[in-house]
Amino acid sequence: MHCRNLLAALSEYVDGDLTPALCSAIERHMAECDNCRIVVDTLRKTVLLYRVYGHEEVPPDARARLYAVLKLEPGELAAR
Amino acid sequence: MRLSSKELLTNTLHRSDSELTAALKAGDQEAFTELVERFSPTVYNLALRLMGSPQAAEDVLQETFLSAFRAIDRFEGRSQLGTWLYRIAYNAALMQLRKRELPTSSIDAPMVNEEGDETPRQLVDWGPRPDQLALAGELRALLHAAVATLPKTLQAVFVLRDIEGLSTAATADVLGLTETNVKVRLHRARLALREQLTPYFAAVVAPAQAGSGDLASQQEAVRALQEPVGRVVGIR
Repeated sequence: MHCRNLLAALSEYVDGDLTPALCSAIERHMAECDNCRIVVDTLRKTVLLYRVYGHEEVPPDARARLYAVLKLEPGELAAR
Repeated sequence: MRLSSKELLTNTLHRSDSELTAALKAGDQEAFTELVERFSPTVYNLALRLMGSPQAAEDVLQETFLSAFRAIDRFEGRSQLGTWLYRIAYNAALMQLRKRELPTSSIDAPMVNEEGDETPRQLVDWGPRPDQLALAGELRALLHAAVATLPKTLQAVFVLRDIEGLSTAATADVLGLTETNVKVRLHRARLALREQLTPYFAAVVAPAQAGSGDLASQQEAVRALQEPVGRVVGIR
């Protein structure tokens, strides 16, 4: 496996969408290639940061104005 | 009979798309409220990234539900309710963006090309706890600013897939793309964001900030970031 092949398969690798054979080929390459190991690791962290911190709640005042515009009673349900 | 909020919540959790659609078409007020509760978070996040400001995102949010309420009689259930709403939101955002185009388009031009070179340039390792390098609020601002550098088509794919957790198929349906196209764009978006974030997180580890931000969610993130690759993102 070359760096370029790994790069193309990288997102599918961190998503767990590759076959076990391809995963081990990637892992063997990473054991020998520091640059690829860094790219995989930091890409994975990028995805995780956005999963944990990327979502923004609708601000309470925007939510109140939305209900007013829609002429609805604000929901009794918790927002998420 | 009036339902308690707990009963309402229980009913809500079990109401399918088709039941909810039927209730909407019958003009049931609680169904409209449920529609807003269920789908406004993702509509808002999609709008926020595409429009770049909370004010503009709020306009799109309102417009999306006003349009949806007016059009519900024409909803045929060929796609999921969420997909249908997110598509309305995406189109509303694009319409607003077209209106504001020129003369500021050169300023707003994305730093990353959609078809750009994907070769990684930042090859420095990050510190072990990137989420502790900034206060929670600063971290969010940093993540937001990085997404803002992407072209709109990559932003939309990234928000729906990685921030809001839609499937590849649902994202493709919302944006009118093939699944392959969604995967390619998601990959480009992630690579570009990694490049943008690396200068902030490279190697140096700042001491943990006492009393900063939302501690529980920070700790959760730290634990996740310390897990080995496979367990966190489900590599098989």
